[in-house]
Amino acid sequence: MEMPVAESKKQGEEKKGPEPIQKVSIIISKGSLEEVYPGLIMANGARMEGIDVNLFFTFFGLESIISKRMDNLKVSTVGNPAMHMPTMLGGLPGMSAIATSRMKKEIEKLDIPPIREFVEMIHDSGAEIYACRATVDMFHLTKDDFCEQVDGVISVGEFYEKSAGAQIIFT
Amino acid sequence: METSMIEQLELDADGNLARMDDWNEEVAREFARREGIDELTDRHWVVINYMRDEYKNKGDAPSIRKLTKQSGVPVKELYKLFPKGPAKKAAKISGLPKPKGCI
Repeated sequence: MEMPVAESKKQGEEKKGPEPIQKVSIIISKGSLEEVYPGLIMANGARMEGIDVNLFFTFFGLESIISKRMDNLKVSTVGNPAMHMPTMLGGLPGMSAIATSRMKKEIEKLDIPPIREFVEMIHDSGAEIYACRATVDMFHLTKDDFCEQVDGVISVGEFYEKSAGAQIIFT
Repeated sequence: METSMIEQLELDADGNLARMDDWNEEVAREFARREGIDELTDRHWVVINYMRDEYKNKGDAPSIRKLTKQSGVPVKELYKLFPKGPAKKAAKISGLPKPKGCI
């Protein structure tokens, strides 16, 4: 008996799972150490899977690609209940420095590179790195303020153009 | 058509070798061809040999960072040698399970 075309096609499709992700655009919008790393790890992990990556830095996220500042990102100890540290205590001088040095040690143990090296590694893996035009203007920055891996300063519109066909991840 | 060596061997759920001792250079070449790498160059072998040594010593495949620093194959080159997923592909070709780490 001949199978109707529609049905045989449906059976063929069932064998395939969902389409694998081909491309991601990851936005990093915050500038504390614990808020920058997740986006970088996602970006690096995507490249390791052969997924195309655009990394877009905006607002305080720019701190992690500004050459003079990217080695000095800090862990925020205030206003984060998951730190299990009372806010008033977290605000004492030196608390952020202690938390930062602890986190950096743990990160190094996992063989996760410091921010500058990580940005370089992700760029070398083929990811494209962009800074947000509006923020660059707001903070009176120029292309020269950024590390050499930054491929350009682009508008939101250009970001969406470059994200054609991509999943967008906001961090 | 060439006979497949891989098909005679036991594989895990990811299609990697179940036992790293089943591996030899011919098996590596066949895995490479399946992954779209027609020829394994000296530089491929640097990565493969380093990965196998590291796995034997540590029980897991190295991170990309460690791999590039210790094997002397930089990140850019690594992605050219094993396009579309260097860690996973290099592990498969090296006869090792899929790497567990995130980095």
